[in-house]
Amino acid sequence: METQKSHLNYIEDTQGRKGIFAWILSTDHKRIGILYLISITTFFLVGGLLGGLMRLELAAPGETVMDAQTYNGLFTVHGIIMIFMVVIPGLGAVFGNFFLPIMIGARDVAFPKLNLFSWYLYMTGALLAVYSQFAGTGAPDTGWTFYAPYSTDSSTNVIPAVFAAFVLGFSSILTGLNFIVTIHRMRAPGMTWFRMPLFPWSLYATAWIQVLATPIVGITLMMIVAERWFQIGFFDPALGGDPILYQHLFWIYSHPAVYIMILPAMGVISEIIPTFVKKAVFGYKAIALSSIAIAGVGYFVWGHHMYTSGMSGTARWFFSFLTFIVAVPSAIKVFNWVSTMYKGSIDVRTPFLYAASFIFLFMIGGLTGLVLGSLASDVHVHDTAFVVAHFHYIIFGGMGFSFFAAIHYWWPKMFGKMYNEFKANVAWLIVFIGFNVLYFPQFIIGIQGMPRRYFDYLPQFHTGHLISSIGAAILLTGIVMMIVNLMKSRKNGNPAGINPWGGVTLEWTVPTPPPVENFDEIPTITEHPYTFD
Amino acid sequence: MNFLQIFSGASNMVEGVDRSFVVIFGISLFFLIGITGVMVYFIIRYDKKRNPKATQIEGSNTLEIVWTVVPLVLVMVMFYYGYRGYAKMREVPDDAMNIKVIAYMWDWDFEYENGKVSKDLYLPIDKPIKLNLTSIDVVHSLYIPSFRVKEDAVPRKDNYLWFIPQMEGEYEVLCTEYCGLRHSFMGAKAIVMKQDNFNIWLADFTPVDSGTIKGLEILRANACIGCHSLDGSKLVGPSFQGLFGASRTVLVDGVEKSVIADEKYLIHSIKEPNAEVVKGYPANVMQSYTKLLTDEQITDVANYLKTLK
Ligand SMILES: [Cu+2]
Ligand SMILES: [Cu+2]
Repeated sequence: METQKSHLNYIEDTQGRKGIFAWILSTDHKRIGILYLISITTFFLVGGLLGGLMRLELAAPGETVMDAQTYNGLFTVHGIIMIFMVVIPGLGAVFGNFFLPIMIGARDVAFPKLNLFSWYLYMTGALLAVYSQFAGTGAPDTGWTFYAPYSTDSSTNVIPAVFAAFVLGFSSILTGLNFIVTIHRMRAPGMTWFRMPLFPWSLYATAWIQVLATPIVGITLMMIVAERWFQIGFFDPALGGDPILYQHLFWIYSHPAVYIMILPAMGVISEIIPTFVKKAVFGYKAIALSSIAIAGVGYFVWGHHMYTSGMSGTARWFFSFLTFIVAVPSAIKVFNWVSTMYKGSIDVRTPFLYAASFIFLFMIGGLTGLVLGSLASDVHVHDTAFVVAHFHYIIFGGMGFSFFAAIHYWWPKMFGKMYNEFKANVAWLIVFIGFNVLYFPQFIIGIQGMPRRYFDYLPQFHTGHLISSIGAAILLTGIVMMIVNLMKSRKNGNPAGINPWGGVTLEWTVPTPPPVENFDEIPTITEHPYTFD
Repeated sequence: MNFLQIFSGASNMVEGVDRSFVVIFGISLFFLIGITGVMVYFIIRYDKKRNPKATQIEGSNTLEIVWTVVPLVLVMVMFYYGYRGYAKMREVPDDAMNIKVIAYMWDWDFEYENGKVSKDLYLPIDKPIKLNLTSIDVVHSLYIPSFRVKEDAVPRKDNYLWFIPQMEGEYEVLCTEYCGLRHSFMGAKAIVMKQDNFNIWLADFTPVDSGTIKGLEILRANACIGCHSLDGSKLVGPSFQGLFGASRTVLVDGVEKSVIADEKYLIHSIKEPNAEVVKGYPANVMQSYTKLLTDEQITDVANYLKTLK
């Protein structure tokens, strides 16, 4: 293990602030990353618990532990928390904030104060979302999609929930803007675009989606508010509006939002694989440019959420065609990751286990997405449990597993301590098994005709639902084990050293944990980011 | 129920849909197993114990082109099969029988060309059927899994789907677009029968007099049935089914009292809903409809409720 010069790291160096103020007033990108880590983990656990309660209700047909209204509130709140507060900000806000500046050789992001302000916006939106659950007329029951005219009619707390999503959107826009400027202006001398590591590349592609697509959902949500408050008929046919217009506007953002969460996930995987294979990533340019291709084409496929809405026939096949096209750059990445392993010298450690299982789960999610992109087969499985299984494989199997990979990969650098690797691997196995037992049966009952967002179901779906609920229990156990193991390392872990995995990107050259300004001297970059010798 | 009921043909749409499934699943399974297999092989074969020194390879343009072009071709094949199965769904034959489907929270009405309205979808076998879908409140979606058909019922929008039922039997009709409290109970049956039997069923109905139809329309337009079901299920308020003429225990200023639900009681409950609240239901949930409905409309509603046995 490399010895390091004694230094004052960002956790010790409170910059003269006391207690909690050292955190909530600091503009250090690393401290802000930790703030996001704590907030997002908390909301992830809340959202996961709500999901667990839904699975408990669905373990047997009929009303078991809650009534239909409670269930409808649960899946709405589960969706809002997980989508807007966990997976969309997730990787960018936590690991992007912490590592983007270090990986490109900068001392901070371009606008540190704006960065802190984004966290405050995030918390405001999050608290509004929590408020909407408990105050007034009861938890919103519209689904996270807020489809009109149900959302313009429902007597529940739709307005606070809509405002929550609106404010969270602003946080996302500002973070995106900050990252774009940081990447353009603050790369270390010699770091050309094609000498930039792949995680920053993916954050760059993502940031453009955040900045360009998020305002659309903001305006759409405000139109719902205008409709509810002032009876302006945008979407409600009773007021002369068009409910299909709402669906278009909603998915114009919410489809690209899928890429806001999955692109950084792919970026993380592209960092982890070379480190543990001890080999330059295969097809660096192809991976970097396919991120841009996904971000570009991804804007024009939103209609695949609406094949049964009564959209024109031409629109349906056009959206289907583009949906199939956007699958190709994702396939390119998978081929390159696997090829990276060829003739490597592979060190199978916890982050690598999560990364390899990411590839497997992401393939299942992506390939089942083709079933949904195809016009004829979508008609059958649209809005069934098949869709639920598909997007959980992408969002949780993809973004979630990538987050778990990232936390195990960068934890030693962030906190300076190594966790118990054996326990981490056991937790990985339980999480992996639990995940598949939870979601795989939903593909099958979906094909058999089990609709989604159902509080109750026909008896033939009982077995599938029961297995799925057992999977949920296994998964929750694994996640708790994983978190406990990580937390324990803060006290009991061995010092991690500068470079525990033998990585070659810049974050492995700075002291552990990094000092406030990251670098004593900004490095000059002379070669490709993944040069192992 | 066998796993996919592949090509089992309860309707003429099954073949196109299931073929696109089989094509996509086939290609996908090949790649999933292949890539996973190769990955696991690499992880074992190139473990650092077996292979202490990695060989640096930057990439290969040939390979990049291959794995761009091959997936591109394959997804176009998938697109083609999806398109083919779907194209048929939009070309309705001229001789199709039209049935109007009215979706509302939370039930379906199927209205036949002769004016007969049914809660279940009765169909003659081997005859093209066109369902003209509409909704009177929020978005719903009509789904008959065994027929492989689905299309949303959107308020003020005329959507349609068509199919030819090919096997006698009873099939589930479900709602797949989330529509509120009783979304998961918004089911019906599709009953496919021989043409002769269907003709007998279709001819057998007493045309409802216009007064009762008006009553139902008023109930829907004012979202009454969001809280009072027509089928006996307990929602926020008591069900309308079997209400007329029944005896009810009500609370008047906290005192229990037994009343008979006659016309006078019904009209009184619409105008002063909180005067006599049925025991077991919350008070002050419903507002008075005196200003929202004319006396004539209230009478229409009462007349309709009389028919709900
Ligand atoms: Cu999408
Ligand atoms: Cu529904």
